[in-house]
Amino acid sequence: MTEALLSLTVLGVTLGALLGLAARYLSVKESPLKAELTDMMPGTNCGQCGQPGCAAAADALIGGQAEVTLCPPGGRALAAELAKKLGIVVDLSAMEEHEPLIAFVNEDRCIGCTRCLRECPTDALVGGPKSMHTVIRPLCTGCEACVEVCPTDCIDMLPVEKTLRNWYWPKPASNQQSGNIAA
Amino acid sequence: MSEYFLLLLATALVNNVVLVKFLGLCPFMGVSNKLDSAIGMGFATTFVLTLSAASSWLIERFVLEPLGIEYLRILTFIMVIAAVVQFTEMVVRKTSPVLYQVLGIFLPLITTNCAVLGVALLNVQQDHTFVESLLYGFGSAMGFTLVMVMFAGLRERLALADVPATFAGAPIGFIVAGLLSLAFLGFSGLAAP
Repeated sequence: MTEALLSLTVLGVTLGALLGLAARYLSVKESPLKAELTDMMPGTNCGQCGQPGCAAAADALIGGQAEVTLCPPGGRALAAELAKKLGIVVDLSAMEEHEPLIAFVNEDRCIGCTRCLRECPTDALVGGPKSMHTVIRPLCTGCEACVEVCPTDCIDMLPVEKTLRNWYWPKPASNQQSGNIAA
Repeated sequence: MSEYFLLLLATALVNNVVLVKFLGLCPFMGVSNKLDSAIGMGFATTFVLTLSAASSWLIERFVLEPLGIEYLRILTFIMVIAAVVQFTEMVVRKTSPVLYQVLGIFLPLITTNCAVLGVALLNVQQDHTFVESLLYGFGSAMGFTLVMVMFAGLRERLALADVPATFAGAPIGFIVAGLLSLAFLGFSGLAAP
């Protein structure tokens, strides 16, 4: 009994120490910029940019294989932030600013196949096999991953309706645009 | 010298781990879609299998047997194998980031590749010496790599072939694996006197 306990403990501690040493000598330095860019991305790994995930998209940005405007869910705000971080000047006026869209399940067409449930990166779709699916609205990031897989085309991307809860005063025009008036 | 060569040949071909003993089928089906990743997986497994066969022999001989705690064999071997796999993962990540990305989830899964534990346990069962068990591990791993590469090549061609819809994808893969296994059974003729 004692031998068993002791030998396993010694073995575990030795292997752990060896692995710890190996981790120190074989550590890989990741670029800190990549971590920062990945943090700025939406983080849902939806794949709309054509990269396999947000970390890969950050890599492509650093390597210069992708534009800062690559992220549809991030929109113009993210593109501006990324450009600032990377020190690039980009004309963002071409990038259309659409209002936030979220998924909506047309219940008369939903057959309860659960395919969209498996696609959703934020688990915003709920439902079960052969029963109606629906969207938990605050969780939906509008990445459109579910739209393609639906066999009956029952998911539409609709603008978030304005209610008293989410309406806000429009922001004042930014300095750049109002500069002319002041001068 | 010739007996070592025979042992190597016997483990790689006649008693092939995948196609004759049916061990390690998970990576065999899982990582054989592309030739590059199959080769990478083969070499990573070779490294792990050889190292773990040697280290588990050492532990069996110098720790488990003297203390009379052979009943802890599976537990201890799994621990050693897991450590070796972790180490391999670090080495691969350091030396070849591309390979690290290609192998993905299958690299840590070498831990649960039953060929690795199987070879370590067979070494004990067959009373191998240290050199023999090292060669046994290496030979099995070579056989594994050989089969992985062959199967990946076949599957790359299968992807272009006109397979009936019912058999397309995994089913035809399993049929090919069965045919390969039949072909490898032919090597047992080598062992006959």
